[in-house]
Amino acid sequence: MSVTKPLSHDAAELHVTGQARYIDDIPTPGGTLHLAFGLSSVAHGEITAIDLSAVRAAPGVVAVYAAGDFDPMPDCSPSAEDEPLLAVGRVHYVGQPVFLVVAETHLAARKAARLGKVSYRELPALLTVDDALAANSRFEDGPVIWARGDASAAITGAAHTIEGSFEVGGQEHFYLEGQIALALPQEGGDMVVHSSTQHPSEIQHKVAHALHLPMNAVRVEVRRMGGGFGGKESQGNALAISCALAARATGKPCKMRYDRDDDMVITGKRHDLRIGYRAGIDTEGRVLGVEFLHLMRCGWSQDLSLPVADRAMLHADNAYWLPNIRIESHRLKTNTTSGTAYRGFGGPQGVIGIERVMDHAAHVLRLDPLAVRKVNFYAEASDASGGDISTKATVQTTPYHMPVEDFCLHGLVARLEGSAEYQRRRGAVATWNASNDVLKRGLALTPVKFGISFTLTWLNQAGALVHVYQDGSIHMNHGGTEMGQGLFRKVAQVAAAAFGIEVEAVKITATDTGKVPNTSATAASSGSDLNGMAVKAACDTIRLRMAEVLAERHQATVAEVFFENGRVFVGGADYSFAEVAAITYQARVSLSATGFYRTPKITWDRVKGEGRPFYYFAYGAAVTEVVIDTLTGENRILRTDILHDAGASLNPALDRGQVEGGYVQGAGWLTTEELVWDAKGRLTTHAPSTYKIPACSDRPRVFNVDLWDGENREETIYRSKAVGEPPFMLGISAFYALSDAVAACGDGSVYPALDAPATAERVLAAVKRVRHV
Amino acid sequence: MSEIAFLLNGTPVRIVGVAPTRTLLDWLRENRHLTGTKEGCNEGDCGACTVMVTDAEGARALNACILMLPQIHGKAVRTVEGIAGPDGTLHPVQQAMVTHHGSQCGFCTPGFVVSMAVGHLNGRHDHDDVLAGNLCRCTGYAPIIRAAEAAEAAPVPDWMRADQKALASFALAEISSGDRGQTAPGAFRPSNSDELADWYLQNPDATLIAGATDVGLWVTKQLRDLAPVAFLNGVSDLQQIERRGDAIAIGAGVTVETLRAAMVGSHPSFAELLRRYASVQVRNAATIGGNIANGSPIGDGPPALIALGAVLHLRRGDEMRAIPLEDFFLDYRKQDRRAGEFVAAVTIPASAPDLRCYKLSKRFDQDISAVCGCFNVTVTEGKVSAARIAFGGMAGIPKRAAAVEAALVGRAWNATTIAAALPAFAQDFTPMSDMRASAAYRLEAATNLLTRYFHDLTGAPVTVLEVEA
Repeated sequence: MSVTKPLSHDAAELHVTGQARYIDDIPTPGGTLHLAFGLSSVAHGEITAIDLSAVRAAPGVVAVYAAGDFDPMPDCSPSAEDEPLLAVGRVHYVGQPVFLVVAETHLAARKAARLGKVSYRELPALLTVDDALAANSRFEDGPVIWARGDASAAITGAAHTIEGSFEVGGQEHFYLEGQIALALPQEGGDMVVHSSTQHPSEIQHKVAHALHLPMNAVRVEVRRMGGGFGGKESQGNALAISCALAARATGKPCKMRYDRDDDMVITGKRHDLRIGYRAGIDTEGRVLGVEFLHLMRCGWSQDLSLPVADRAMLHADNAYWLPNIRIESHRLKTNTTSGTAYRGFGGPQGVIGIERVMDHAAHVLRLDPLAVRKVNFYAEASDASGGDISTKATVQTTPYHMPVEDFCLHGLVARLEGSAEYQRRRGAVATWNASNDVLKRGLALTPVKFGISFTLTWLNQAGALVHVYQDGSIHMNHGGTEMGQGLFRKVAQVAAAAFGIEVEAVKITATDTGKVPNTSATAASSGSDLNGMAVKAACDTIRLRMAEVLAERHQATVAEVFFENGRVFVGGADYSFAEVAAITYQARVSLSATGFYRTPKITWDRVKGEGRPFYYFAYGAAVTEVVIDTLTGENRILRTDILHDAGASLNPALDRGQVEGGYVQGAGWLTTEELVWDAKGRLTTHAPSTYKIPACSDRPRVFNVDLWDGENREETIYRSKAVGEPPFMLGISAFYALSDAVAACGDGSVYPALDAPATAERVLAAVKRVRHV
Repeated sequence: MSEIAFLLNGTPVRIVGVAPTRTLLDWLRENRHLTGTKEGCNEGDCGACTVMVTDAEGARALNACILMLPQIHGKAVRTVEGIAGPDGTLHPVQQAMVTHHGSQCGFCTPGFVVSMAVGHLNGRHDHDDVLAGNLCRCTGYAPIIRAAEAAEAAPVPDWMRADQKALASFALAEISSGDRGQTAPGAFRPSNSDELADWYLQNPDATLIAGATDVGLWVTKQLRDLAPVAFLNGVSDLQQIERRGDAIAIGAGVTVETLRAAMVGSHPSFAELLRRYASVQVRNAATIGGNIANGSPIGDGPPALIALGAVLHLRRGDEMRAIPLEDFFLDYRKQDRRAGEFVAAVTIPASAPDLRCYKLSKRFDQDISAVCGCFNVTVTEGKVSAARIAFGGMAGIPKRAAAVEAALVGRAWNATTIAAALPAFAQDFTPMSDMRASAAYRLEAATNLLTRYFHDLTGAPVTVLEVEA
């Protein structure tokens, strides 16, 4: 069967030969125009005058638009309608689009966009969480607080109390293909939009709204993105809307692509935050009570900040049973670029907080942090049968009262501890550190438990459209988008398995709002879970029709018709799949079907913070060993061992790719990737020359990655598990390995209290801290 | 003559009347619709636009986004579309990338494939260095390295060797009257330093473009119109490295990669510093003369050269002068260079066994130094007889640590002397804070590098790069 095979990415040969077509590669009709934004140069201010005469006079300029040219100003927001396409009256961050240039070439548009003269009356800018707190500048009326038990009393009564606060930086997506859209005007005012987006239906909706058209007048197509990572869930809206407006106004195709620096300045990023914590622990490190304070910098617009901050709260437990917990989350509004979706969607920010508590507790108790983590694990309750085990005495619940029924980390961590030789290396690290003054090693094992489903319950649905042609070839479409994760291949494997044919017979086609409507973003790791099931439903419908035709022909039952190895068997006869397609067609039976899926079991009361927001959890664990230089703070990952739970993997090769890539991206977030804003609110790290994602030599030189062999106890597509986001959080092991190395520099009396990202500078500062320098 | 002629995927191409700063990337994508070569950053930092360029010196990887068309005059360019065989047969690195799942989103993949194919052609097995200039955000690199290793043993396909042969006959047939003179309107392309000297004297406000790894960004990011310009990559007499007695003379037009290779034997620590100078693609274009003349306070060449006691050779018309390199840097972005004068060469001692160069940056590979510290201390009979210590990133110019040197010279080379010298760093430097590091970190880390240097001369491993799992 095609599922479970380690097949290559569906476009691998197109990728390596340069034939894979991205939006900027699509041949455009003659006369295509190019767009660029003029950007705000101040973080907060009233626009007092706009002089665009030089822009209009610049070579190649066809049109220029600013606030007065649209009434009402189209909105780009995915949530609160608080993102005008172009600033109206006031600017809220450096880089906010103020005017739009339409020109004959990309370069002409960029050059002209630099010529605008915009005058501002500058207003006080809120740049930091402290600024925002002081001004009570926030989304929602006040902090969101979820609590279970009595954290304060539990902390008071505990043998030890730990307390601290640390900074966790944001993260630029750095998808290699920047944001881009291309709008092609159609007859009767209709619009076709090619957008590099994870959310074609959102683009369709926003473009239709901007054009004052019904959604059926706008068709959005996405064949592939050159990376997304959450950065193309909402951040492509402005480009698509701009292109559509300009295309309508000029009658010409219009394309907009951000130059890299513009992209990094304009678009949203992972939310940075400050995490405060206070915990009461017993002598073995059990967390009896814990309080978290999340001060999340959400930027100027709401975007997806509320569900991101919610998910951070939902992952404040990570893998640990926390009977008494209180989480207070502030969603602070600042004059900086908007926080947006980024792989993990707040989950990493929640997980790193409780892992800090584990690390800090172990330091205070002078225990191995792994021992402390283990005593806090949720009780084992793994039961692959999928039966109702929620009544079992051992089943514990998350802080939001969801039973943890599928917890498998006891066995998973035990196996990883063995394969990575954790205990032996723990000793070797200690030996090394005892005999080396300058270069110190550190080791850490951290787990992840990540909830799978959109927390906005209605998004957990998907549709598919499958055609079987009379020659037996298959045309498959679904609502998910391909951004490199291999979704299209996995879903094609599902379709091939349904028909018992080779995956090569399945044509994978671009995501298209004209084929499958009302789709959810390809996000929350849900792509293959949702779309795989929808495609399977469509294929099952067609297969049943084919079986019925054959059964009638052979006086058999449909249960006696088998689709295997490209053949269809019934009675004593067998046919090629193509023959059955032709027979079905000639019997005047439809070979086209839609499929639909909605995730069962989930309920969620966001206000109370109670329910079952997740269908299931995905698990994993990583061991990272690092070395630091105590003279300079330079640091490096030496070795990483990972065991990750992808359920019964649909494609182990693609899943392994997600694990390896997620880990390195997660480690990058916490080490070299530093976003720096200056005192005027300008992002000074707006290009790869200054913003450093991991390069080739930053990957662990020894990198052992394996998949856990359990299957999903829930009835997901072939019992697989989602794998896009969870491995990102394995990178947290690198951060706590650095903490371990720093701790080895002192006498144990001072906790390293590392901030993230742990740049050389921050590591050196922590070394000095533990050495009382 | 104002045309640019070159081979593109084996086929001769002539371009007439193009703006001299038109980049190869834009031309490939917009004029030829060869869209396999991608724009990722438009500043030479991501490698998505990597192409293979072949000339008499061999084949190398370059970033097409900051490569201006006149720079490839007379050369052969191979894009990702030309890496597979004429019949579509995948190159071994392409096949390995498919087999080992080396692509996910695929956008960086063409650049990786070209870098890997060039590395394969040149027999390189140091994949981390070959690929340091290619960023991938999806895979975590592990499968790409597996692919590169898997392809090592495969023979080089015939078509990958064709460019150099074709170039020989192409050069005779297509490039008439030598490859001098104007290749594009407003652009001059001298073929020797005399022509350059004459022309620059007449056009002292012109921009000299050697590798375009910095000037390229003036065009792609600052959107400046540059004219007139001269492209120096045809000036072959400035591209020599010569031994002159106890000195090595390095022509200004020597690329950083060529210099790196030349330094491996005589100045291994300098070579290691140059290995971390940007990426292969950038080193293949950037020149040491450009690195000096640019006057950047964070260039990695000058601190090492100053520590070596380098002498800078400048030329204006027929007039040559030589000055200590440190005297060239007067103030932030202000150099001792007169109108019409250009950097011709730099000379260094042929041997400096105690030279050590340390680069501190957020990322090890392809990053700009926060601090670059270079130490060259001579110890005679237990005492410091001479000291040359120079830093980048610590002042508005690459600068010697005069007070630190003074605290060392004449004293016993031991831990006491080192400890006593450390406070002198604060006399020498008052660095600034920026996105790369704070002032306090710069000063502290720079100071600590002297301690590292002391350990280093004992032969002990001193950096995290020397530690294995």
